[in-house]
Amino acid sequence: MSLKLAGITKAFKKEIVLQDVSLDVETGKTLVLFGPSGAGKTVLLRLIAGVIEPDAGTIQIAGRDMEGVEPEDRDVGMAFQNFALFPHMSAEDNIASPLTAQRQSQSEIKSGIQALAKLLKIEHVLGHKPKELSNGQKQRTALARALAGKPGSLLLDDPLRNVDAKLRFEMRLELPRLLKDQNATVIYVTQDYKEAMAFGDQIAVIHEGQVQQIGTPEEIYLTPATTEIARLFGDPVINLMDVAPEARGRMVSVSVSDQPIMLDPGYAEMVGQECVLGVRPEAFRFVEPNSPSAIPVQVETEAPLNEKTVTLVLTAGGREVMVTRPSGTPGPNGGTAHITIDSAATLLFDRASGRLCVPKATIAGEAIA
Amino acid sequence: MQQKSTLEQILRGVALACVIFFFMFPIFWILLMSFQTNETILRVPPSMVFEPTLTNYRSLISGTLEGSTATLEIKFMGNLWNSLFLSVTSVTVGLILGVPAAYAFAKLKFRGSEDIAFTLLSFRFAPPLLVLLPLTIYFQQLGLADTYFGLIWVYQLIVLPLILWIVRGYFEDIPSDIEYAYRIAGHGFWTTFRKIALPLAGPGIAAAGLLAFIFAWNNFIFALVLASADKQPVTVGALAFITAAGINYGQIAAGIMLSIAPTFALALYAQRYLVEGLSLGAVKG
Repeated sequence: MSLKLAGITKAFKKEIVLQDVSLDVETGKTLVLFGPSGAGKTVLLRLIAGVIEPDAGTIQIAGRDMEGVEPEDRDVGMAFQNFALFPHMSAEDNIASPLTAQRQSQSEIKSGIQALAKLLKIEHVLGHKPKELSNGQKQRTALARALAGKPGSLLLDDPLRNVDAKLRFEMRLELPRLLKDQNATVIYVTQDYKEAMAFGDQIAVIHEGQVQQIGTPEEIYLTPATTEIARLFGDPVINLMDVAPEARGRMVSVSVSDQPIMLDPGYAEMVGQECVLGVRPEAFRFVEPNSPSAIPVQVETEAPLNEKTVTLVLTAGGREVMVTRPSGTPGPNGGTAHITIDSAATLLFDRASGRLCVPKATIAGEAIA
Repeated sequence: MQQKSTLEQILRGVALACVIFFFMFPIFWILLMSFQTNETILRVPPSMVFEPTLTNYRSLISGTLEGSTATLEIKFMGNLWNSLFLSVTSVTVGLILGVPAAYAFAKLKFRGSEDIAFTLLSFRFAPPLLVLLPLTIYFQQLGLADTYFGLIWVYQLIVLPLILWIVRGYFEDIPSDIEYAYRIAGHGFWTTFRKIALPLAGPGIAAAGLLAFIFAWNNFIFALVLASADKQPVTVGALAFITAAGINYGQIAAGIMLSIAPTFALALYAQRYLVEGLSLGAVKG
């Protein structure tokens, strides 16, 4: 069931929580709402669920305008961040609540619950009250309840936030498959960029009530619209360095620790402006001291991070830079080392606005291609 | 939990015993009195040794008060029935009106809701005697004086604000997300009220109902002024024991025992609902 929001604005008292938010999710796709707490993600879910009404804008589910449609008639399922289980009902009755609303027969309800409980590994606690469940079990019960009615749209409000790391890791693998099986349109709220990248067909980055960027996980990662988004996606965080592009023949260059880095000629109009160069830690490479355009650095610390090794180095100018390399590959032997930058993997931002600069020629080139 | 020292446990026990003795002794003494005749009650010094008699209870139940000079008819059992009927009906009406109203005040914030809720509470501020004078005149003109209907109506002044304000607090404590979740699961507003809000506020509703019942049961002044003999509750009916021939302490004591029995039983029964409290284990901060 497709989902379309247009120009949604919502304020509580005088405080504007959402401003002119428009989103479009195709049937069966997953949109991840990503943003820091207080960005308005949960409010947006509540608007879609119909428990609050927008001040302006329209919500369409399956092409039908939702104005004045009660929550029970919207064919949505929702998993709350705080689980919101019914404390006076057993896990089984919690999960059964959408099924009883659909007036299914007792045997249908039983078998529906059993199938879900088996899938989510909560069969053994179906008879328990919510307060007797662990956080992981509560989360799974809440998820089962949201899925049970086979709703056309699923709203998942940071469902993995209150569960422990091991379970979160497991669910990160299981959940996308589970959601695909449901064939529902999913809106998934999270503050974790890895979850966003793992689940989303599309990611909408929300900040202070406004959509900053919508795109596929690759687009968000490779061409973040602002330095803020670049910082949020990626671990360790992107290296941001103040630079001033210079013209160098037909090319544009910036200098990092007195070494010129050649950039795309399409950045010509940024020459002389104050800019920020964004370099992902994996775009650096350790090289031999005599390599061309090698930057000498001081190695500060080194730490393994999953399959990568992160090295914190200090340039001659006293700038801290994070460098990663695949674990097991040769690295610096402490003390001094040299690095180069893969200039094709760099991003250039306008310093004042924080917005990404798009090289002009590349756009034309892509358009032709 | 830390193990308590023996001394602390002993002191605790002594303190508890003192409190229980202080509060329960009058009732215990009345219980003893109810099995005695006026002579044994009034002897000096008082003694706990006596020959128990059931005459007090027998005369209350049969409705005849045998004094030294004459036989007096009293309607104690009728009064007891009146008390029961008035209290139960008033509380029932109060709950039917008050619980949905409390929900509206708690969850559906509307214009002037605070003011209306406060106005309802303010009914409790006015001294009953001040209200009674005009009320008596109105009731006589409307033909409501000395009717159960009229009394139950007036009793709403006692029970409704109580129920409204206690239950409202319990409704406010129910996280809205829990109700939203039930709505989103596909249930309508009224089903959600019935299946989620009512059960979760259950202990509060029980507490409010119990308190309202006790207040209604103990009411004296409204019934004294607005009801005639055959509609009077025990609180007013007990006046009949003060006769020209003297005060029948034994019967008063037996009357007290009979009249506290229903509230006592109700309190014992409702206790477990009262202490159950709201179990909101499903919601994290």
